Amino acid sequence: MSKLVSFFGQKVKVINLGIPSFAEDLKKQGVEVMHTEWRPPAGGNKKIQALLAKVEAWQSKVKAGKGAR
Amino acid sequence: MLIDIQEANAKALAAIQAAQPIIKGIDTAINVVPGMKKNLILHAGPPITWEKMSGPLKGAVIGGLIYEGLAANPAEAEKLAASNQIEYSPWHEHDGVGPMAGVATASMPVWIVENKTNGRKTFCTLNEGLGKVLRYGAFSDEVITRLKWMEKTLAPVLKAAIPLAAEINLKNMIAQALQMGDEVHNRNKAATSMLIRELAAAITKTSFSQEEKARVLEFMHSNDHFFLNLSMPAAKVMLQAAEWIEGSTIVTTMCRNGTEFGIRVAGLKDRWFTGPAQIVQGLLFPGFEEKDCNPDIGDSAITETCGLGGFSMAAAPAIVKFVGGTVSDAMNFTRKMYEITDGESQSFQIPAMDFRGSPTGINILKVCEKNILPQINTGIAHKDAGVGQVGAGLVNPPMKCFEDALEAYVEMYCQN
Repeated sequence: MSKLVSFFGQKVKVINLGIPSFAEDLKKQGVEVMHTEWRPPAGGNKKIQALLAKVEAWQSKVKAGKGAR
Repeated sequence: MLIDIQEANAKALAAIQAAQPIIKGIDTAINVVPGMKKNLILHAGPPITWEKMSGPLKGAVIGGLIYEGLAANPAEAEKLAASNQIEYSPWHEHDGVGPMAGVATASMPVWIVENKTNGRKTFCTLNEGLGKVLRYGAFSDEVITRLKWMEKTLAPVLKAAIPLAAEINLKNMIAQALQMGDEVHNRNKAATSMLIRELAAAITKTSFSQEEKARVLEFMHSNDHFFLNLSMPAAKVMLQAAEWIEGSTIVTTMCRNGTEFGIRVAGLKDRWFTGPAQIVQGLLFPGFEEKDCNPDIGDSAITETCGLGGFSMAAAPAIVKFVGGTVSDAMNFTRKMYEITDGESQSFQIPAMDFRGSPTGINILKVCEKNILPQINTGIAHKDAGVGQVGAGLVNPPMKCFEDALEAYVEMYCQN
């Protein structure tokens, strides 16, 4: 509880991920904010995420196989 | 299959970087283009049938048949074009490229560009200028007359001049043009000027008449896009060096036929992945509206595939006056393209970005994962045959091409 109280007493520094307008709103209120452009992989498309995961899994095997040689 | 994608892509990128495209000469298409024949029409983009062609491509086919002497008038040409006597094939399947409609027939003169590193050749027609021209689907007498002059005078004069000039390395010329505000897709002013500088003395040394030589120089001087038909085969011959490296996810072709956009990938030999061609957003010439515009068309996106054009827009701030947007947009387009490419060109440097190499080697895995599409700048054709260019602007490929390519890649390589 004391940690939470001290947190609210401190100056807030924010890292914003994704939607830029959240960072803009905080900036207008004088909050120190760093925006990071982030989007979900494949724009959230589950089918493409699954295909990319297959490629990643295959590449992990390839790299492990190479390491074992 | 023990293929390391990073290694395969590094090999593809190294081959692209090592390419040295030079102007080898000029010849008639039927003499040099692989598979060329009298009843074959080469066109831009992925494969397409007459029925599915858009207005400007149909217009260019009509003009091509009249030019070739296979039809006497547009009505006769249209009937012939729809018959099974005429065959169609993408330029890309014949080691070449064609801007906009990209139509080429057997008698047309073509540039021969060679990669000195591996000896492979690429071909492209000569640029006709802007306005009512075949590549935008115009086929009036004025268009055919100009094409005949190009065949009978322009090409023979240049063909005779090339061996009299010092060897022209197109990679070096493009690299210099980027330092001078071109991106060699929709801005070729500096590159065209340099080409004239290299060839002018040799042209004067040929045995053609003073009038013919003067007209050739005037024609090149009057057309800021004259170099486009060299930047395109130069980009193509560089990318050919990455065909078909097993396991590589690097894009070797991006092109459009006015109906569909198509891509090919280094590790997926000869396969086309297509989606609907998009409408170009940009600046239209006075008197035209968006409803007049044909969807995206032409092989010129080969420049972007090679890290030029839209990928190098930061090198060409003045281009926004032609294709729309702001200088800051141009900078951002280039910055964003680094996110979907595997490397940076060792030759094509962008002064405004501290001479950083242009983003090179589009990786389908990055396009799909980051959901960022390649940025292309391009001319806009009128949707009806015979009208010509109506503007220029910015466009992206459909994501479907890249998603389908990813699916095919997984099927081919990741099953065990």
